[in-house]
Amino acid sequence: MILGLYNYWIVIVLMMIGFYIMIAHGNLIKKIIGLNIFQTSVFIFYITIGKVDGGTAPILADGITRYSNPLPHVLILTAIVVGIATTALALALAVRIKEVYGSVEESEIQEKDNQKC
Amino acid sequence: MKDLFAVVMLSGIYSLLTASFFVAMDAVDVAFTEASVGAGIFTLLMLTTITMTGRYERAARHKPTLALAVVLATGGLLIYGTLDMPYFGDPQAAAHLHVAPRYIHDSMQEIGVPNIVTSVLASYRAFDTLGEVVVIFTAGIGVLALLSVARRPEDDAEINSVNDSMHEQHLILRIVTKILIPFILLFALYVQFHGDFGPGGGFQAGMIFTAAIILYAMLFGLSTARRVISQPLIRLLTAIGVLIFGGVGVVSLLNGGNFLDYNVLSDDPVAGQHLGILLI
Repeated sequence: MILGLYNYWIVIVLMMIGFYIMIAHGNLIKKIIGLNIFQTSVFIFYITIGKVDGGTAPILADGITRYSNPLPHVLILTAIVVGIATTALALALAVRIKEVYGSVEESEIQEKDNQKC
Repeated sequence: MKDLFAVVMLSGIYSLLTASFFVAMDAVDVAFTEASVGAGIFTLLMLTTITMTGRYERAARHKPTLALAVVLATGGLLIYGTLDMPYFGDPQAAAHLHVAPRYIHDSMQEIGVPNIVTSVLASYRAFDTLGEVVVIFTAGIGVLALLSVARRPEDDAEINSVNDSMHEQHLILRIVTKILIPFILLFALYVQFHGDFGPGGGFQAGMIFTAAIILYAMLFGLSTARRVISQPLIRLLTAIGVLIFGGVGVVSLLNGGNFLDYNVLSDDPVAGQHLGILLI
């Protein structure tokens, strides 16, 4: 049953959307949003790996024998928080670039760099 | 879409959808984090950034066909790669057979906390979490260095005057926020201390705290927020947070690896709080 792999395809579609935004758009803010979508697709990838058929959330309780895998959850929890930290850094860089170049468009920044040389 | 404001709002909604998807996948802790980080903090940070960098994107001059080709090729290869992967939800998949059973069966005896995610995060994989706190701290320092070095005082005054004039118009928003903020803070505390038993914990609580503070700053102006929470205080708190975490680790190692006193949950919110306040 090849359809049992559909979760990976959803992840790949999302990842490619993020990738496309990253390379096709010149605006730095949009690039950061694209990166974020890319990142979320990896999160979804891990979480779907952790899912077990018929399992419940990994909080121990009486009468439940089958839990989803808690390890991917922990890893992604860490990844989300690190992700927001790096995003904040990226946004701070964008703000600084705006202050110095007066623009967050890639093409305009390149023009200004070329003029200086 | 050329209007970045709409783009940011859509990405917030996207994060919220992702969070509800995580609930459907039984990952309640992750969903909680994604909802508070993705839909809350990320959107707020983005909004503050676009107020500084401008709202509209310029039309692209070059054709996107090449980019599209690269993306389609990569996507095709990745889909080809998935053909060897285990099926969705298969209990016999390789990922479920190694360490996870031990966490599920033994963590109650070894840690004594019903929420497996919390016990793994705080105890089995404490090094990861320590590394994460350090990353946040470093990112915080980076953001501070980037934004505060070059900022001239007259810029601040200008931004403040724009802010203040804007805030006076939104009377309803301000009153509603004033009513809501105590509840948000209370909820953050609940999440913090209930993390052992239900979904939640330090990170999420820290993020909710941060959201409340940023909300306050956005609506009442930066100057008011600065009066409530001064920047050196935040810097101090974060450093202390990292130090406590590192210190607890060292102490418990010296005591022969007794991790039961691992109070990681009370240290992380400080770091989260620090991170968010920086970009206001």
